[in-house]
Amino acid sequence: MSTSNGSGSGEPRKHTISVLVENRFGVLSRVAGLFSARGYNIESLSVGETLDPAVSRMTLVVTGDEFIIEQVTKQLHKLIDVIKVSDLTDDRHVERELVLIRVNAEPQHRAEILRTVDIFRAKVVDVTPISFILEATGDEGKIEALIELLRPMGIQEIVRTGKVAITRGPKTKAARKVEQPKRPRPVDDPRVVGFAD
Amino acid sequence: MRMSGARMVLECLKREGVDTIFGLPGGAVLPIYDVLYDFEGLRHILVRQEAAAGHAAEGYSRTTGKIGVCLVTSGPAATNLVTALQDAMMDSIPIVAFTGQVPTHLIGNDAFQEADNVGITRPCTKHNFLVKDGKDIGPIIREAFHIASTGRPGPVHIDLPKDVLVKEAEMIWPERVHLRSYNPTVDGHPGQIKRAAKSIVRAKRPVLYVGGGVISADAHAELRELAELTQVPLTQTLMGLGAFPMAHPLSLDMLGMHGSYYANMAVHHSDRLVAVGARFDDRVTGRVDAFAPNAEIIHIDVDPSSISKNIKVDVPIVGDCRRVLAKLVEAVREELKQEVPAAVREARQQWAQQVAEWKRDFPLRYDWSDDVIKPQYVIQELSNLTNGEAFIVTGVGQHQMWAAQYYRFKHPRRWCTSGGLGTMGYGLPTAMGVQAAHPGKLVVNVDGDGSFQMNSQEMATCFTENLPVKTIIINNSGHGMVRQWQRIIYKERYCAIDLPGIPDWVKLAEAYGCVGLRVTKPSEVVPALEKMLATPAPVILDVCVDKDECVFPMVPAGGANTDMILSPPSREKKEQAARAQTGF
Ligand SMILES: Cc1ncc(C[n+]2csc(CCOP(=O)(O)OP(=O)(O)O)c2C)c(N)n1
Repeated sequence: MSTSNGSGSGEPRKHTISVLVENRFGVLSRVAGLFSARGYNIESLSVGETLDPAVSRMTLVVTGDEFIIEQVTKQLHKLIDVIKVSDLTDDRHVERELVLIRVNAEPQHRAEILRTVDIFRAKVVDVTPISFILEATGDEGKIEALIELLRPMGIQEIVRTGKVAITRGPKTKAARKVEQPKRPRPVDDPRVVGFAD
Repeated sequence: MRMSGARMVLECLKREGVDTIFGLPGGAVLPIYDVLYDFEGLRHILVRQEAAAGHAAEGYSRTTGKIGVCLVTSGPAATNLVTALQDAMMDSIPIVAFTGQVPTHLIGNDAFQEADNVGITRPCTKHNFLVKDGKDIGPIIREAFHIASTGRPGPVHIDLPKDVLVKEAEMIWPERVHLRSYNPTVDGHPGQIKRAAKSIVRAKRPVLYVGGGVISADAHAELRELAELTQVPLTQTLMGLGAFPMAHPLSLDMLGMHGSYYANMAVHHSDRLVAVGARFDDRVTGRVDAFAPNAEIIHIDVDPSSISKNIKVDVPIVGDCRRVLAKLVEAVREELKQEVPAAVREARQQWAQQVAEWKRDFPLRYDWSDDVIKPQYVIQELSNLTNGEAFIVTGVGQHQMWAAQYYRFKHPRRWCTSGGLGTMGYGLPTAMGVQAAHPGKLVVNVDGDGSFQMNSQEMATCFTENLPVKTIIINNSGHGMVRQWQRIIYKERYCAIDLPGIPDWVKLAEAYGCVGLRVTKPSEVVPALEKMLATPAPVILDVCVDKDECVFPMVPAGGANTDMILSPPSREKKEQAARAQTGF
């Protein structure tokens, strides 16, 4: 027998946890409250609607050893509004975050910034004579690398979303059931075409 | 059927089988009280402070197995209720609490008597609801009762804005409750149950460690069958008392900080520890790395998050204790069809002998005195006179531990104590709830002079609602448990513990129209208890006890369970205790 707070419980590392919740009043504060009440740290959190508008998905990034992560997932599951909790960390999955960067763009740096934008498949979404706003998506490593390259030009401001994640490959049957929309959404629903920019 | 939200609330309660509610009115819930005026089939008990309504609902629930219900108004009433909600949360007691709320259009406006009720109760309830539309009242009450009573039970709170209570709506009463996001596991995994059975049968030094989960699942009969079939000695937590008859030869009484020497030693030396409906609370385990260091741990619990939270579990079984135990008994019977190895049989005999020796050589004990009343003696005599059959409720402190140690429980659901939260003031209101659920039965509140003062106003409720609770105040003129810690761990630097014998408890009882009695000598104890038990009215029996008495055994917080202090310690022991101390 060993104690769970003792050693030998694995090194702390980052976990990406995906949580399906009922899209109800107060559900975000239930999840956030759980973390603060139990002293766990959320590194990032993002929430959005799923195919079924009655269900939202939260993607959480949490650092902890295996016992902490086990408790986090169990405690999340205990919340009445939580439908499903999956730790994606060791599954094959795609992770993305989005960043907006306001960077100095003096004439002598503009070409280099644009080259970097190109390499990173980022976008310039706002231009002034002395600054750019860049938009990039990618996993954490890519975003960090981009920031490092831009740093010497003088970054004025960074706004990052939390991480979102999805498992690779086709969906399992059970998972499909949960996200089946109750009724087909009208094609003119602005939410369906709301991503173009 | 169309009706006002207020009427719908009461109608739904009746349909849920509620017969009693504990409450106190105010502006936001007046629509409900207006319907209550001539509503039939619900008894409303008017308390004097809202926390008491919550505790009374807890007492009602713990001793009946049904859901306790309380109803209070908005703002300060809701915040008063919070202690009782957290108390029920920590002890997994199913209650449903209603609070009033300002009208929906004023929510968030800092309106008169507004508080963010659901924001405040979120972390101290199993779930909570803010009702925004009258047609949701039925479904929400159904869900609340379902959530409170299933899985790991707990308190559920429903916040009712005044306009929702006033407006008429169609009543919706779903026949069944289905929540796709809430499906507690009830049946244990058959493979794990089989593993557990194999392991128990082959164990050389097994111990059963049972908690409140056995009580809430009504699993005592199955538990007894398992213990007797396997002849495994059994210890109960503070919450589990009554799950197993204490006079049973296999009973090791309570374990933990103030548990018996033999229970703590048996657990420490065990090679299999079978935890049933218990959660390895720090008051049970002491220092975790020294808890049952050589045991394989089998843990049966309805709450998966209890498993491997404090102590790593080897054989987890998630499910309802009653169902799992029934299956486990079957599986053990199956295992017993095979020959148990001779070495195991022999080891088991030695273990039984060892446990019996601990029990014989280190019983619970205290020093008798002819001059001053020993508190333990009062509980012993109470246990004798009531034949272990009374409903016992306590406050928090030394008297609570003595009641747990010296009252010889025979049945489940006869014991109410604030285990997880340790809420002083729990005693009297909880006893009231018990008495309301069991008219004509004997309900004794064993209280401390400190704890009692936190809710003594409820004597008025006892009097007016004809709830003849018998309160015994183990009066040591102070916060005895705090004094004990200051004595043993803080080198006798006594600070803020004296309660100077005010008020006069006899006069206080009389002021409330009740009966007051006082004893100061050991020889008076039994006659006074007899008189108290024979009095039909609510009674306060003031027992002036030895204020130097301490609760032993004692494991200093953060110490290992084998470091029990068995009697008033030497200077050296005190210093050791002070060093081991990690927090009050
Ligand atoms: C609401 C609350 N406040 C403070 C405490 C801390 N505390 C624990 S025991 C105790 C003293 C209890 O005194 P009393 O009720 O007279 O019981 P005794 O220990 O003397 O038997 C105190 C203050 C508590 N448990 N609950």
